[in-house]
Amino acid sequence: MTPVASKKAASKKAASKDKQPSAVINEANPPPTEVRLEMYRLMHACRGMEQRAYELFMQNLIKGTTHLALGQEAIAAGFGAAMREDDYTFCTYRGHNHTLVRGVSMTAILGELMGRECGLLHGKGGSMHLMDLEKGVLGSYAIIGAHMPMAAGAAWSAQYRESGQVAVCFFGDGTTNIGAFHEALNFAAIWNLPVVYVCENNLYMEYTPIKDVTAVPNPGADRAGSYGLESILVDGNNVDVMYATAKAALDKARQGGGPTLIEALTYRHGGHSRADPGKYRPDEEVAAWKKRDPLITYRQELLSSGVDAAELDSIEAEQAARVDKAEQTARDSETPSLDITHTELWADGGSSWRN
Amino acid sequence: MAELTYRDAVKTAIAQEMRRDESVVFLGEDIAAAGGVFKTTGGLLEEFGGLRVRDTPISEQAILGAAAGAAMTGLKPIAEIMFSDFFAVCWDLVVNQIAKSRYMTDGQCSFPLVIRSANGGGARFGAQHSQSIENWAMAVPGLKVVAPSSPADVWGLLAASIRDPDPVLFFEQKSLYGIKGEVPTGEHVDQLGKAKVLREGSDVTIIALAAMVQHATAAAEILASQHGISAEVIDVRSLVPLDLTTIYESVTKTGRLVTVEENPRLCGWGAEVSSLVSEELFWNLDGPVVRVTTPHIPLPSADALEDAVLPSAPKIVDAVIGLAD
Repeated sequence: MTPVASKKAASKKAASKDKQPSAVINEANPPPTEVRLEMYRLMHACRGMEQRAYELFMQNLIKGTTHLALGQEAIAAGFGAAMREDDYTFCTYRGHNHTLVRGVSMTAILGELMGRECGLLHGKGGSMHLMDLEKGVLGSYAIIGAHMPMAAGAAWSAQYRESGQVAVCFFGDGTTNIGAFHEALNFAAIWNLPVVYVCENNLYMEYTPIKDVTAVPNPGADRAGSYGLESILVDGNNVDVMYATAKAALDKARQGGGPTLIEALTYRHGGHSRADPGKYRPDEEVAAWKKRDPLITYRQELLSSGVDAAELDSIEAEQAARVDKAEQTARDSETPSLDITHTELWADGGSSWRN
Repeated sequence: MAELTYRDAVKTAIAQEMRRDESVVFLGEDIAAAGGVFKTTGGLLEEFGGLRVRDTPISEQAILGAAAGAAMTGLKPIAEIMFSDFFAVCWDLVVNQIAKSRYMTDGQCSFPLVIRSANGGGARFGAQHSQSIENWAMAVPGLKVVAPSSPADVWGLLAASIRDPDPVLFFEQKSLYGIKGEVPTGEHVDQLGKAKVLREGSDVTIIALAAMVQHATAAAEILASQHGISAEVIDVRSLVPLDLTTIYESVTKTGRLVTVEENPRLCGWGAEVSSLVSEELFWNLDGPVVRVTTPHIPLPSADALEDAVLPSAPKIVDAVIGLAD
């Protein structure tokens, strides 16, 4: 599959034959400059942190696995800027960025990946399970689809408490073929829940192209109608579009308008996980999408709209320094105390099952 | 003392807790307007309204996911899984999310929720609506596992489960729904992790759970009247937390232990108790620990076949006599 801009043309051409859904939304009114700069900052924070995570993995300072979202930062950044502080985030094992953009400490995230005492979960969770309840990050979920109904539950709670909070649930294209996806969307629709489901379609479920294993061309957007929801397909590499889309869905949910399902087209620069070099993808496809790297394109966009290059340089330098500092603090942190292996299974803080 | 059925004790407990705590909500298939397929929850919708007592689609993953998400954000949900066999289609939510997330996040979140389910055989429903799955649940760190045998315990233990800050799997034995028993008047809340000595004895300890308790008690009667054997009967009531103190006191006195389990043989809860007793109480034993269980087979449907394989009073009597010989 080719990048979004040309895909739009292709989909028009094939419309009558293949019943393509509505075209990709790839334009939006730009938000105020301070929001745009904040999103630029968030994208650089995410990129810098994850690139460093990759390097730390190569140095064997991060063990196990990591699932990086290099190239997909615009979706997390757009939502991060649009969400209310007390809204809820549910994300997947590819969730470092969705966690960071809610204001979670970068040191705590890198520390968790490195298994250090300063880690967000003190080393008990790891890369795939980041959570920060105080920041509204209600978790990263490593079993495909599990968090879809959980986000509905948090939305139900917000609805019941009349708190005005919205739950946002990020997931990949592969999730659209598991049962929990369908159960959750129906459930959210019938209870009119304040939840926004965001399908990050990076074109590959893991190693297999999503189009090869899905009955419809657009795995998220084409399913929306089954649950009485609008079909929304957007350019996930355009952070202004992501912000506008997020804002509209969040406002609608907050006003009692119920759930939204958004499919955002994007691309991961690397493989599925650390074990995967991603060689199954055609070189020209990777190259085309790398030209649409949201950090590069947004810099050009901001410059052409009159933002000073020096201001953007300074944001980049500030985030690079932040990454260095976070890494150093995490490196300096001790390994966790072994005492915590037996704590916090139960709400009383312990793990006893007998008297 | 008043009298109540096991069935009505369910809604009595739920109503008691919903009246005292607005954060308690209840969801499941056919539980609201229809009052539950086992008629355990009638009247709750009328008293507490459709926002707190909600019918769901046949979507077990959505039911448990919604309960989990609500529990993380300030509510105390009670979710019903109609038949415990259906846990097999939503076990991920139970095992991977609800049971583990607190530990994985070093205590950031908790899941103050109860999942009620009709468990066990004796109703001639066949192998996919009759399983006893308490041993599945017991094997997962992070789940509390409760299975009452009487109306009073349904009430008191369900109330305690709803108030408990941890996730509780609450197994109602479906063949017991019609039984009646004495219950206290006024508010009733019991304690999780406390076994109950139902009958004192000196020769052998018989421990049982849920529907097996009545068979154990009947066996003790036969043993006393026909064989001159004095059996102590303990209702375990809760597998996690497990009240080993009560069991050990009894076994120390009698020197003999028989477990009565409805679950299939392999890795049943009695195997864990047997293992613990042989490790920690070996020198107090006068004989091997004996397990009476359903054989390691799916439950057949026909009444003659199902009765032939489930534990029964005569089978327990035989086991005890074999141990005494």
